[in-house]
Amino acid sequence: MDDGHQNHVLSYSKLALVLGILIGLTSITVIVSRIDLGVLNIWIAIMIAAIKSSFVLLFFMHLKYESKLVRISVVGTIGCLTMLIGFIFWDISFR
Amino acid sequence: MILRKSRTNAPLSLKVQSKAVVKTSIDKQGVKLGMWLFLYTEIMLFGGMFVLYAAYYTRYTSDFIEGGKILDLWMGTLNTVILLSSSFTVAAAIMAIRRSSKKTALVLLAISIFFGLLFLFNKYVEWGHKFEADIYPGSSTLEAAGYGSSMFFGLYYVITGLHGLHIVIGVTLLSISFVFILMGRIHAERFAILENSGLYWHLVDLIWIFIFPLFYLIL
Repeated sequence: MDDGHQNHVLSYSKLALVLGILIGLTSITVIVSRIDLGVLNIWIAIMIAAIKSSFVLLFFMHLKYESKLVRISVVGTIGCLTMLIGFIFWDISFR
Repeated sequence: MILRKSRTNAPLSLKVQSKAVVKTSIDKQGVKLGMWLFLYTEIMLFGGMFVLYAAYYTRYTSDFIEGGKILDLWMGTLNTVILLSSSFTVAAAIMAIRRSSKKTALVLLAISIFFGLLFLFNKYVEWGHKFEADIYPGSSTLEAAGYGSSMFFGLYYVITGLHGLHIVIGVTLLSISFVFILMGRIHAERFAILENSGLYWHLVDLIWIFIFPLFYLIL
């Protein structure tokens, strides 16, 4: 049933391209962090980290080719974490 | 031959029954899902740590920024590149095993293990410098600097320490996979151990992707 997913094999060059993108994003985030943009700095850093982690999840961890069950549960976990962070900040900001 | 024998000795049905082979099938999907479930608990573990960091950041913003400046940005960047590269070599090793190229897989895994150890060595040097500069939980410098700085470096040691422990576990898992490939227990048909060790390693990389900006890049 899941053979379609199992047999999907990325090519080495595609993986190397992902690594290149990840290192490129790392240099961008380091350079941007040296420019004072005020509050924006931390948001840009977190945004770039989120983009980098999606690349790792999708290609290195094969999430793109995984079954629906795994994909939905990953999104669910990130959703739970977002809820946790959201509620805690809701609390903190009204103290 | 069996048929001829059965004709002469015992009834055919009996013979066939004794020859029946129980086919075992591996639930590949289940093996992977189990690993993912474990990874979710890890995400929540580090997620909780990050929430703690964020909550204290909003309260002691200036102390956190001062603390971030003390950390070695280049060491952090170097370790980021090392971990990203090791993630690539692990992913490539899994691909090599799927293509039955055992030698390539072994070389790639050996490089990954080396990268993991290199990361730990850098971390050791980095922590060593901090200890020399009298920056560690409970040190007199931090006591004098105030609660915000103590909080920042406390979180720094706990989070990078816990992450370092994960690197040690990850390197161990990769080494076990390396030996299993050598023994022929991991091959193109069965590579769940390698695949799950790889998933673990990528998660450790994923967590570092967030640790790096939170500690090294804040301005």
